[in-house]
Amino acid sequence: MGLAAAASFLPRAVLAAGNAPTDEALTPFKDITSYNNFYEFGTDKSDPAKNAHTLRVRPWSVLVDGECRKPGNFDVDRLIKDFPPQERIYRLRCVEGWSMVIPWNGFPLGALLKKVEPTAKAKFVAFTTLLDPEQMPGQKGGALPWPYVEGLRLDEALHPLTILATGLYGKPMPKQDGAPIRLVVPWKYGFKSIKSIVHIKLVASQPPTSWNLQIPEEYGFYSNVNPTVDHPRWSQAKERRIGELFKRSTLMFNGYAEQVASLYKGMDLKLHY
Amino acid sequence: MKEAALFFACLIPFLRLIWLGTHAGLGVNPVEFVTHATGDWALNFFCVTLAITPLVRLTGWSWWAKRRRMLGLFVFFYAALHFLIFMSLDLEFAFADLGKEIARRPYICVGFASLVMLFVLAATSSDRAIRALGRWWGRLHKLVYPAAILGVVHYYMLVKSDTTMPLRYGVVMALLLGTRLVFLLKAKIG
Repeated sequence: MGLAAAASFLPRAVLAAGNAPTDEALTPFKDITSYNNFYEFGTDKSDPAKNAHTLRVRPWSVLVDGECRKPGNFDVDRLIKDFPPQERIYRLRCVEGWSMVIPWNGFPLGALLKKVEPTAKAKFVAFTTLLDPEQMPGQKGGALPWPYVEGLRLDEALHPLTILATGLYGKPMPKQDGAPIRLVVPWKYGFKSIKSIVHIKLVASQPPTSWNLQIPEEYGFYSNVNPTVDHPRWSQAKERRIGELFKRSTLMFNGYAEQVASLYKGMDLKLHY
Repeated sequence: MKEAALFFACLIPFLRLIWLGTHAGLGVNPVEFVTHATGDWALNFFCVTLAITPLVRLTGWSWWAKRRRMLGLFVFFYAALHFLIFMSLDLEFAFADLGKEIARRPYICVGFASLVMLFVLAATSSDRAIRALGRWWGRLHKLVYPAAILGVVHYYMLVKSDTTMPLRYGVVMALLLGTRLVFLLKAKIG
């Protein structure tokens, strides 16, 4: 095992707005950038790394509008200047049963939402990915309805853990990981962390989400990581941490229960899967 | 000599996995890679084995008919490896959990059923078994048809949403099984 490989197993603190440091190894950059679910570029895990080069990430802006007083079209470089990236080391748990630990660079989504001043009507936040089959050839096929859409309840969107990420490992976001700007909601299954965002809209009612449109009985709006609520076809009790041989037990809310459990007090999480 | 060459050729997918494993070539999720590869090769050998009857009927190349047992045993070989990976690296040899998973997950139940059938076929593949079972051997070995179909169904049930590969195997299986129907009908009519 080379020195570089050995170094990747050194524990780093998993910090997240008050989370106690744990000693879980960071997933190597090579793995984060070569094992991706980004169906806009093909459905194999190795497809996005091969195919995402056709994505043009500059110029890029994010339209933020809907139920708010100061909507705007925000250039991504402007956002990076106005909201200097912080390092956020988060677990990412895919609904398929694998997981990583990723050192994102980003800023709280709440900061951008506060800037546009949501009105009292705003109850949810809807997100949309770029729609351009020329740049994203996977959108020519029917793997999912396009463009990819996602949504959060307003309190989830304003939560300190929720970030818009523009990089990882101190480098600009690689295209296959959702450049130039993507959402990261670490206590939910990975498909909720929508990539390559062009539109964020404050809305009054629960917005549609792509995997729920595709297979409604398997993928719900909330999709909180929950080892006690199985996927209809497979168990969610365990996960394969990339780099490890044996499976780990999956943690409630992906290990962020202390920070987010209060958002779901009194909710039946089997019903609201 | 040609038999030995064919035997070695059938081992190549296995040897390739070993080589990839020792050269960091199994990718980011090695367990997933090996599980999928062994499953794919079990299905590939199913297709090859099921292609022999039509092939021999159409060409008269009886050498291939004599190789069917070996090819069939390789279906079992790759399916058993596939199950062993699952048993060791997913379930960590917790046989009680296996029972639970078979009961709760239809795709695992279907896959396990296919494996059990393959085990029966493999266990009764020897010359001694053929002699001992007599005309029952032929009837028992028709189990290869449901075993193959269940293998494809298992694959179809476990993919997240992209059904391309299982459907491809399904089409090939349907064609291979369909030719047998054609032969049957020709025999009845002609």
